[in-house]
Amino acid sequence: MVATLPEHSVRSRRTRPALIDCDFHNELDSIKDLYPYLAKRWQTHIETFGLQRPTGGYFPRFMDHREDARPPSGRRSGSEVAFSRSDFLDPYNVAHAMLIPLTSAAGVTNLDLGAALASAVNDWQVAEWLDPEPRLRASLAVAPEDPIAAAKEVERCGRDTRFVQVFMPGRTHEPLGRRKYWPIYEAAAKHGLHIMSHAFGSYGYPITGAGQASFYVEEHVGPAQAAQANVISLVTEGVFEQFPKLKFVSVENGFGWIPSLMWRMDATYQLYKDEVPHLKRLPSEYIREHVYMTTQPVEEPHKPQQFVQMLEHFGDMVNNILFASDYPHWDSDDPDFALPTNLSDEVVQAIHYDNAKRLYNL
Amino acid sequence: MIEAQAAGVGASATRPALVDSDVHCEVPRVDALFPYLPDYWIEHIQQTLFKGPVDSYYPSKVSMAAGADGKRFDGVLPASSLKEIQDAVLDPSGASHAILNCLYAIDSLNNPDAAVAMARAVNDWLIAEWLEKDDRLRASMVVPVQLPTLAAREIERVGDYPGIVQVLLPVRTNQPLGNRNFHPLWSAIERKNLVAGVHFGGAPITPPTPTGWPSYYFEVYAGMAQVFATQLTNIVTEGVFDQFPGVKVAFLESGWTWIPSHMWRFDKEWKNLRRLVPWVNRAPSEYIREHVRVAIQPLDAPDQNPQHLLDVFDQLGSEEMLLYSSVYPRPQVGDPEESFLRHLPASAASKIRCENARALYGL
Repeated sequence: MVATLPEHSVRSRRTRPALIDCDFHNELDSIKDLYPYLAKRWQTHIETFGLQRPTGGYFPRFMDHREDARPPSGRRSGSEVAFSRSDFLDPYNVAHAMLIPLTSAAGVTNLDLGAALASAVNDWQVAEWLDPEPRLRASLAVAPEDPIAAAKEVERCGRDTRFVQVFMPGRTHEPLGRRKYWPIYEAAAKHGLHIMSHAFGSYGYPITGAGQASFYVEEHVGPAQAAQANVISLVTEGVFEQFPKLKFVSVENGFGWIPSLMWRMDATYQLYKDEVPHLKRLPSEYIREHVYMTTQPVEEPHKPQQFVQMLEHFGDMVNNILFASDYPHWDSDDPDFALPTNLSDEVVQAIHYDNAKRLYNL
Repeated sequence: MIEAQAAGVGASATRPALVDSDVHCEVPRVDALFPYLPDYWIEHIQQTLFKGPVDSYYPSKVSMAAGADGKRFDGVLPASSLKEIQDAVLDPSGASHAILNCLYAIDSLNNPDAAVAMARAVNDWLIAEWLEKDDRLRASMVVPVQLPTLAAREIERVGDYPGIVQVLLPVRTNQPLGNRNFHPLWSAIERKNLVAGVHFGGAPITPPTPTGWPSYYFEVYAGMAQVFATQLTNIVTEGVFDQFPGVKVAFLESGWTWIPSHMWRFDKEWKNLRRLVPWVNRAPSEYIREHVRVAIQPLDAPDQNPQHLLDVFDQLGSEEMLLYSSVYPRPQVGDPEESFLRHLPASAASKIRCENARALYGL
């Protein structure tokens, strides 16, 4: 580790415009951080059996966290609210940040353990993140493969308005629109919560629609395709007809794919609408109204002008793009360098602040 | 940026030269293959429940016919006779050549001996009943993709036949096509100087999404672009183009408007993670532009502004990638001439209509 950390304080907080970060990770240093919120029975279970998940998702890869974001205590990066505050929230003038706790709650195969972990994660978030830091909002952890239990957890925590969205993994066991998950969406809609799906998490099927990949590079490009499968499913199953106020936030899946996906889905609708009579509008209309996506990882065309061109293809959907840092992960974005420099101030302001403020009623 | 050309540029009096890179042909009934099957399998088909591949990459009865005239074929499987292809595709379009793709679901056959026998029969049928009868036709040979070494053996058997220009690989597979298990197949493709034609469809047991099985064909169709994207990631990442530098891949019925944003993300992740795959020594987009060709239908075009499609074409960064295709007899949305080609500079349009395909398939 380096002896001295870089000085963030050179950045002028007073003149810096406010930022809303829609992918800010609160991390466990170890699963034991949750023990104060877990019944003894589950602590013993974890010590005995571990956190059993579907197999087959392991690749050689390097670090998952930024070393320069590690607290002086030596605990895992992102695992101490005080350090994350001084290291990121303060220097970047973050007005609000959406906590996304990447834990095993959604991924363990034992559904009772998953439900217990989800409750523990939510209690931990309230006590150790939301209470000490008022700028934070949280994603409500659930174990989605038991949707009835998950809906109960939404009921249990959903009245705390600091929870703003229900956290679904990037790769559920069935596409996100399937009816299996509707009890979760019903509970979310009742409490005015959005549905958020973060890349990675809860495997069980290969990252491709054609069998398992060989390299972590593929696992790291693939969430863009998984997210599209989920958007296709949510629209096609009629989730947005059934829950007309529900919003879907896609996190860490990129966003450059949205125009071509809308074009393709509208073409598909012309060919096969007879199969989906429950849809009353063009797929692109549902997407424009209901689907939001966060920036990191930002697609990087070789020619910066093509980024502007891409946003022209978004049209009004530019207002559905939300800034995300992914702090403190290895591939996280510095807010000052995430977007190309040739965007207008209005677009940057919309992505950095206005769009999230409107979506989350901040 | 590409400026849209003035109307009328593409509408010259003489018909432009054309190569159709994706025309389907169907096995009309399984007994059409009997002349090419060993007795063992003929008896099976006659005496047991086994009737050859029954899975289909498309819904069986929906809008099978091209255009509005849905009753034209009246009970006969569309694209199953040479005369129909001549009357409906070759003669009206004036195409100098068309590449036939027979989407018989060999990949759905779990019995390896059945898969090999059916693949051999289809290839012999393609040669005898299509290629030998019209010199405008070229064909993709079929292989049991699920058995890569046996697929390579079939390429050795028929890959030298002059009308065979491509090996047809369904995009949905049980393992991604770049996987080392497939390297004998890529080696055979390169050795015989064939194109790897990765086509819409496939009938493996693996679900078509990374989150399991969707409910509707609608989703399978729309989502097939993502299966192509992950295959593209895999083929480049595994080093197929490094190990087999002569290989070209044609994506057929994949759509192409998804490709620029995929290349942007893929290049970025390669920069991040290339130490994991050190043999990939150039940006993935460079490999893609050099080795991958893409049929233009489905267009997946924006409906409100034709300039957007020209933008996406420009973003591909190559005029050599796209191949004209009719995808006969599958229904398509939009007219590639009307909404795309006629807006292009004449030289780019001509590359897409014929020159790229001639270079790719050696026509």
